Parts: sequence; C-alpha cells; structure tokens
Amino acid sequence: MQQLLIDTMVSGILLGSFYAAMAVGVTIAFGMLDITNIAHPAFIVLGAFIVFWASGAGVDPLLAGLALMPAFYVLGRLLFRFYHASFERRGTDAMLGLAFFFGLMFVTEISLALAFGVDLRALQTDYTQGVMRVAGLVLPYRMLIPLGISLALFASLIVFFQRTFVGRAIVAGSQNALALRLMGIDPVRTREIAFGLSAATAAIAGTLLLIVQPVEATTGREFIGRVFAICVLGGLGSMTGTFVIGLVLGVVEHIVSTYWGPSWAPAAAFGILLVTLAIRPSGVFGR
Amino acid sequence: MKLSTFSVFVLALASRMRALSRAACIGAALLLGVTGSAQAADPLKVGFSMPLTGALASSGKAALLAIQIWAEDVNAKGGLLKRPVQLVYYDDQSSPAAIPGIYTKLIEIDKVDFIVSSYGSGLMIPAIPLAQRRGLALMGMVGVAANRQFKYDGFFQISPGGPEPELEFSRGFFEVAMAQHPKPASVAIVGVDLEIGQVAMGGAREWAKRLGLKVVYDKSYPANIVDLSPVVRAVQATQPDLVFVASFPSDTGNFVRSVHDLNFRPKMMGGGMIGLQYAALKTQLGESLNGLVNYEFYSPEPTMQVAGIGEFLSKYQGRAAKQGVDPLGFYVPPFVYAAMQVLEQGVESVGRNDQKAIAAHIRKTEFNTVVGKISFGPEGEWTRGRYLLTQYQNVKGNGLDQFRAAGTNVILSPPEFKSGSVIYPYAPTVK
Repeated sequence: MQQLLIDTMVSGILLGSFYAAMAVGVTIAFGMLDITNIAHPAFIVLGAFIVFWASGAGVDPLLAGLALMPAFYVLGRLLFRFYHASFERRGTDAMLGLAFFFGLMFVTEISLALAFGVDLRALQTDYTQGVMRVAGLVLPYRMLIPLGISLALFASLIVFFQRTFVGRAIVAGSQNALALRLMGIDPVRTREIAFGLSAATAAIAGTLLLIVQPVEATTGREFIGRVFAICVLGGLGSMTGTFVIGLVLGVVEHIVSTYWGPSWAPAAAFGILLVTLAIRPSGVFGR
Repeated sequence: MKLSTFSVFVLALASRMRALSRAACIGAALLLGVTGSAQAADPLKVGFSMPLTGALASSGKAALLAIQIWAEDVNAKGGLLKRPVQLVYYDDQSSPAAIPGIYTKLIEIDKVDFIVSSYGSGLMIPAIPLAQRRGLALMGMVGVAANRQFKYDGFFQISPGGPEPELEFSRGFFEVAMAQHPKPASVAIVGVDLEIGQVAMGGAREWAKRLGLKVVYDKSYPANIVDLSPVVRAVQATQPDLVFVASFPSDTGNFVRSVHDLNFRPKMMGGGMIGLQYAALKTQLGESLNGLVNYEFYSPEPTMQVAGIGEFLSKYQGRAAKQGVDPLGFYVPPFVYAAMQVLEQGVESVGRNDQKAIAAHIRKTEFNTVVGKISFGPEGEWTRGRYLLTQYQNVKGNGLDQFRAAGTNVILSPPEFKSGSVIYPYAPTVK
C-alpha cells in the first residue's frame, strides 16, 4: 500500500511538471498581461506538429523545440502588435479580445488539420522509450524528460523575471503600467516582449506534449481548462505558483485516479481550485 | 377529275392536319427526347455528413474516400437507375449537435435523393428520427445499437455487431479466454468515459456475469486523461487474470505504453481498444503490440478473402496516402463501401426512388458485398454478429508493410475465420 502511494505521488509529480510547462505561457499572457489567450494550447499543438515534422526530417525533437523558440517569440510579438492595435489601443471590451483568440484557436486547428491531416502523431525516439527503475520506483523516460525540461524552463524564467531589467520591467508593468511609463519605460513594448516570451514557451511545451502523448489538431482543447486553472490557482503571474500548483494538480489527479476512480480526477482537481479561490481569491501564491 | 371546292378544302385541311400532326409528333418526340436525356443526365444525389475534422476525422475521411470510390465505380458501370451518382456532403466536425441541421439542409434545400449516415453511433443517432419522420431509408455507417431506442424499420447498420452488438463487441475475447486451461477466474474491466467505451464495458460486464468471472476492477477514465499509469497501476494491484480494455484512439497508445512501463502481465489483455485498427497506432506501437488481443473488422489473413475486397483495398490504398487518410483501410472503409453496395443493390432491385419499397427490400434480402454476405434483423443490425478477435503476433519494428500481409494480426475468433492459435498467457516481446 505504501509503495503504491509513493508510486502514485511520484508519477503525479512527473505529470504535474508537464502541466506546469503547458501553463507557463498562460501565466505570462493572462496572469501578467491580462490577455485571455485561449489559443495558447493551440499554439502548443502547432509547436508539436512542427517538431514532429522536423523529427521526421532527422532533427532531434528537443533541439527542434529549442530552435523553434525564437520563431515563436517573433510570431508572438507580431501577434501582440496586431492585438494591441486592434483591441487594446481602441479600449474595446475585453470580450472582443477573447473572441479574437477563440477565432485564432479555430483557425490554427483547422490549418493544422489541413496541413498535416487528422491522424494522431507520436514521437519515436530511443531516449523517450523505456523506464528508469530507482529504489522500486518506475520512472518512464517520456515523463522524466518533461520534468527536467520544465525545471530548466521555470528556473530560466524566474531568473529572467527577477534578475534582468526587462523581466523586472514586465513584472512592474503588470502591477502598474502608469508607474512604469513614468519611469521612462514603454509599457506597450514590455508587454509585447512578454507576449513573445509566452508564445516562445509554447514551442518547448509542444515538444513535451509530443513526447508525452500522441497529438492531433484539436488536442489543445483538452488542456484549456487545466492551464487556466493552474494559472489562476498559482496566483496569476507567479512562476513559482504555476510550477507548484502544476505539481499539486498532477498529484491530486493521480491519487484520486488510483484510490477512488479516474472519472473523479478532473472533479477533484477543479474542486480544489474552487475551494482555494473561495478562501484565497488571489491564488495560492498571489499577492 | 375536277375536284369540287369542298373536296379541295377537305383535302387541304387533311393535309394541313397531317402536317400539324407530324409537327406535333416531332415536337413531342423532341420534347420527350430532350426531357428524357435531361432525366438521364440528372444526377442522383446521395447526401450525408462526415467528420472531416475533430476527434473522429481519421475515420471520417477514410469513410468519405470509400464512398467516393463507390460513386466512381457505380458511374463507371452506367450510374444508378441509369443516372450518374452525385455525392453531396458536409463536414459535421465530429459534433452530434451539427447533424440535425446538416441533414435538414440535405433534404430540404439540396433535395438529395438518398441519405446515408455519418460515421459512428454518436453522429448517426441524431439523424435517425429525422429519417424516420420523412420515411427515408438510412444506411448507418459503423455504429453500435444506434437504433435501439427508435426501432425505425428503415434503418440498416453496417457493422458486424449482430442483434446484440453490445455483447458481440467482447464475445470473442471471453470465448477465447474461457477456452484456455486453467480457465481464468477474474477480470478487470476498464474503459473510456465515452458512449462506445461504456457500451463495450457493459457488454464485458454481462459476459463476466454469465461466465462466472469475478470482476476485480470496473472503472472508467475521462477521455482527456494524459497519463494512464495510475489507472494501469490500480488495475495491476487487483491482479486480474483478464483485462478487458475499451479505449479510444487517443488513450489506446498511452494505455499500451503504461502497460509496458509498469511491466503489467495479466494472462490476456485488450479486447475493445479502438485505434489499433489504424496504421498510425500500429506503426507507433510496433512490437509493443505483440501479445495483445483486440477486436477487428477485417484482417488480411487467408481466411478472410471475399470477392471484391482485394480490388477495393487496392483502389483505396492507392489513394489513401495522397488524401492523408489511414493507409491500410482495414477498419471502416470496406464496411462503408459495403453499405453503399447494399443501397445500390436495393435501389436497382426496386427500380425507382421509392424509399419505403427500398427499405422493405433491404430488410428481406441477403446482399453480396466486399465484406461478405449481409442480411439485416429487426432493428437494422446484422442477423448474425461477426466481430473478429485477433492477436498481434510476430510484429517486428515499426514498419507498415508487415501489417498489409497475413501473419501479424492473427484471427482467433470466430471459428470460420480462425487463422492461428492464441499465445496465452500474454507474452509481450518488449522488455
């Protein structure tokens, strides 16, 4: 019994680190910039398909994901410029911005289906097959790799937002854009950089998605609820909060799946979200 | 002889009448000729929706290709009722909510002559009451017990489920298992929280009850689950002899991977794993498949060669890659083609577009199709079930060609199609 519990919690942590990597882009876009980018999971799937195509051409998928990040960063910045000019600058209702990203999500999905077909795509590499057995634990490589990449990603982002000038400007702008402007920093430009960063994380998250499970054009929809729940519960803009809550969600899902039944797992996870927000509306790590 | 004026008048009138009559005949002939050739040129429209995007798109697009091949074959033979067949179809995006609107448009606006259903129970069921209200014959494309609540006598299912499709799904699994020595004593039943998963699990439960098997695990998991290892771990903890799995394509692969990760070795496992019928998952999982048993509709074993199937598969496989659909086409396409053959033969036998007469004819007739002889029972299901139970054996690597030939997906049940023996207990080749 004890071994089963330990196995469950460890596999939950592995899953949770993957969830956290999926959610970090939303944490930046929604948590820091207040942009409800519901198309973020679709961007992740786009990243997954590009990596799949590159791996078919002989490129290592992890390297392909890393190489894709600058391209997604540029794409994110261009997308923000369009969004800012069309919606933010005109002071339009936030719902219109949400509708824009909804439309973008559908266009992305349909484009992927037309370009790549509708079959499930999965990765086949030597280093994602098999398991590591340590102290009686079974650790599949396809779940260990996302843990390692996710830790590296979050460590980099935390250092960026806490120790670099641009990062601190982004955080400051998310708290008070006027104050940032009074400091002589253009808040629109910092938001543009942040949104580009959010899109860049989709490239690496897409690689992890492809490692963890087969992907088809509409796979992103399965993660919309989870990523926004993690972002909100983590404290809207908190990197540490996103990572920790991602782990918590993974562990809760696995414990409920194992001991009560898998059908209850989503209910339990979102139940925790509701209870936590009722007690602490700013999220666990929110200010 | 000098004719009287009156006589001349009568002769002239008769002549004029004959001329007019000739002109009328020629005109009528021309009119009939024009009208007749327009009727011959008027296409016969077959309308349907199909999931070309969304979760069921991989099967939907393959089904569409099968219907297109059928239309081309029929038109090459001179058409249906001497009229060319024209397909009118829309993408229902795998959404049941879209079906009523699409079929209303097909019937009321597009004025199609015949309708066939979309793919799968979920997309077929909303069309049945519509067809029932309008008295239209409806071919159902590969569903399970779709007509159970409507009992519409104009509905005909193309799926080898038989009169008890929920039980047929897992019949082979339990028949083969219970023929082993010693007999298994326990079973775990696990599946996805979707219509087809629940139907399959229900059938497995009934078999377990009938056969006196102890059910040691009986739970389902949500369709959007990412990691199935806690489910497999929980099943493993109950130490079942048999594991009946009713999974969907997106989770079938994850389930198989988790089984290997956790080194789970029941005596027999599989049965209702949707997705393993497709080339994509066969090649992704490769040797991980060895030892798993599963339901199939068709396997390229020597015992399954029916007239026409080779020709159809050759046409389908020749176009599949270009159209981005399943390159093997063993699951849905032959049965969809057979459904269109049934419709074609029914229409030609009746000789006119009379939906009631066509439905009555289909109900009482046995048809020869590319998937063998088909006849229909009271609810439109086949009079006899014919799900295959197969076992993956001798799979090496991840190549596709090995699955085109006999030997990797051996048929264990039913007896008339059996092509090999079961490897029992479950003995995977991947360590």
